[in-house]
Amino acid sequence: MLNTFVVYVENKPGVLTRVASLFRRRAFNIDSLTVGRTEKPEVSRMTITVDADRDQARRIEANLYKLVNVLLVENITNQPSIVRDLAMIRVAATHGARSHVLELASVFRARVVDVSTESLTIEITGGEDKIDGLLEVLRPYGVLEMVRTGIVAMRRGSKSSDAATAVGAVAQETTGDDVSYSV
Amino acid sequence: MKDQKSSSPMTGASILWECLEREGVKHVFGYPGGAILPAYDALKNSKIHHVLVRHEQGATHMADGYARASGQVGVAVATSGPGATNMVTGIATAMLDSSPIVCITGQVGSKLIGSDAFQETDITGVTLPITKHNYLVTHASEVAQTVREAFYVARSGRPGPVLIDITKDAQQTTCPFDWEAAAPQLPGYRPDLSPAPQEYDHALELIHHSKRPVILAGHGIIVSGAMREVRDFAERAGIPVALTLLGLGAFPASHPLNLGMMGMHGEAWVNHTIQEADLLLAFGMRFDDRVTGTLKTYAPNAKKIHIEIDPAEINKNVKVDVALVGDLREVLHELLPRIESIDRSEWLDSIDKLKGDSAVRDIQNLPDSGHLYAAHVINDLWRETREANTIVVTDVGQHQMWEAQYYHHERPRSLVTSGGLGTMGFALPAAIGAKVACPEAEVWVVVGDGGFQMTMCELATMVQENLKIHIAIINNGYLGMVRQWQEFFYEKNYQATPLLNPDFAKLAEAYGIRSMTVSERSQVVPAVQSARKHDGPVLINFKVEQEDSVYPMVAAGAALHEMIRRPSKIVETAADE
Repeated sequence: MLNTFVVYVENKPGVLTRVASLFRRRAFNIDSLTVGRTEKPEVSRMTITVDADRDQARRIEANLYKLVNVLLVENITNQPSIVRDLAMIRVAATHGARSHVLELASVFRARVVDVSTESLTIEITGGEDKIDGLLEVLRPYGVLEMVRTGIVAMRRGSKSSDAATAVGAVAQETTGDDVSYSV
Repeated sequence: MKDQKSSSPMTGASILWECLEREGVKHVFGYPGGAILPAYDALKNSKIHHVLVRHEQGATHMADGYARASGQVGVAVATSGPGATNMVTGIATAMLDSSPIVCITGQVGSKLIGSDAFQETDITGVTLPITKHNYLVTHASEVAQTVREAFYVARSGRPGPVLIDITKDAQQTTCPFDWEAAAPQLPGYRPDLSPAPQEYDHALELIHHSKRPVILAGHGIIVSGAMREVRDFAERAGIPVALTLLGLGAFPASHPLNLGMMGMHGEAWVNHTIQEADLLLAFGMRFDDRVTGTLKTYAPNAKKIHIEIDPAEINKNVKVDVALVGDLREVLHELLPRIESIDRSEWLDSIDKLKGDSAVRDIQNLPDSGHLYAAHVINDLWRETREANTIVVTDVGQHQMWEAQYYHHERPRSLVTSGGLGTMGFALPAAIGAKVACPEAEVWVVVGDGGFQMTMCELATMVQENLKIHIAIINNGYLGMVRQWQEFFYEKNYQATPLLNPDFAKLAEAYGIRSMTVSERSQVVPAVQSARKHDGPVLINFKVEQEDSVYPMVAAGAALHEMIRRPSKIVETAADE
């Protein structure tokens, strides 16, 4: 089962390697990993998806916490959340096929961001299923090039701001332990 | 004085030694080289004693032995490139046995990093999976805080090795030094966890309902300093105690509730007891495959309570019913007042019955055939040194298991051995570290003829440092444990296990070390006595039975109760036939 972790880490050199190395060392396969800045310059945020059962997911969380630079780990797999992937797809679109491709793009609420005589480049944002769906219907026309960011995720409602506050609290004082490890 | 120091600028190298002193470091084990030379240059102003090793692996094992014998952080120093990579085995050894060491390596100048400069190795990259944490320091201003954080991380929570890689320019340049301002800032590091109240209730319920409980006592007891608490707990609740290899000494061997060592070479009754138990209380141990055998049949009827400081160990190998994540000593303090005294004499009697057969098979009770067995050597050594403040440091292999079986440890930190990684070559350097940490202790190295030759260059370190260490080589002319596996599982195909050894007596002589050779049982005690009286290091070459095996043995992947037992007749050597 695909698990989605949101991981807050210290924004320091080498932290991405530490996290990636942990998954390799413990033989867990990362499906997707994105990392970027947050509203706090000293904190980076990762969204990691990984195929794992419940026990494995717990072990991943515990092992992430063993990394000194990891501030907070949340497994948001079964929580209401917004999950987004972004793709750019260059698809062959010669004279005859062009209008069909444009139609499909609009059905998927994707945007055309580049046009040439032989192709169209389409940008689409959404869940992975939606992007997979567009890709499927574009394939017969000839997908020339594609890039995807991997997913970023955020919990719905006020919970996510709790997490952000928790990171702030953790970042300011080294104590303050509200993490439970009960099994 | 300290305040004056903080006001004037200092070089990164001087700050390094100053911080080590303030962390309580008295000794470091190291080997100089180009990229660490500025640090060595600044050593002249430090009160720290530097022990010059003969190989950087030795430095890490010495730091490790120092840490295990004393509980203090051990420090090893090396240069960049090969100096640093030579430390890898020692770091991995410390990692798997949760030993607090700090390794300091020089690195090429920060401008040269990534250019494949002379003696450049990405040692923080190399050691990423085998350190608890590591640092690359490129500015003098980062040295103080990094050292403080490294010591804090190494010794807190579940201890482990930390590596600090310092570029040459960070050692050479100057900056103001302010100890107070360099306090650790580790917002994500939380070593102090404690269990929720309901977890305690659940644990107590299981304990009080159990009829056949066993305590599995591990290294965590010694790390946490919970010997008194474990003893109180066992006595109050009337629960027998089985020990892991690294747990030996955590509970007195002579205590009536002590069962002995469990696992692959544990005593038969101990493994049977675990298999028949209805409750396992795992105290600071991690259900290593060497103590469980196959997990499919491990303690099938037992509930499990796991008290452990590292949450990542919970449910890793064995699924448990209750996990109390926290410092063992603190958790036991919470539990102790609520433990009810329960009569478990029926259970203890049934364990006693399991012992009956084992005693007959014990090598000590077999007729004296005139041959010298390793078990005899170890047992005699124990009888002679048991009253003294003795630390035995073993290597890895058959002699290590015989030591665990026949040397009965009463005190914590009286056995230093590489358990998790099983590092051959560990014993001699680790013993040097132990002796430096505890100069008043009587230190014995128990080592095989194979492992001894891996790090015997450190004999020179021992002599140079004037350390009175006793070395007992258990010499069977084989890589004994591998030979045993070849005998049991590879049809006696002794590939690459017979050893051609040097004359160990002459070797010792070359270093100015007194030596003896013993090949009969009657000579063991006089040799040990003579070594103890001698004012200086002694090497005793015990020529023991060549093809003896360690019994009982749980084959890798077998169930814990399926043991290979010692045949009743002792194996004779080819020479006797």
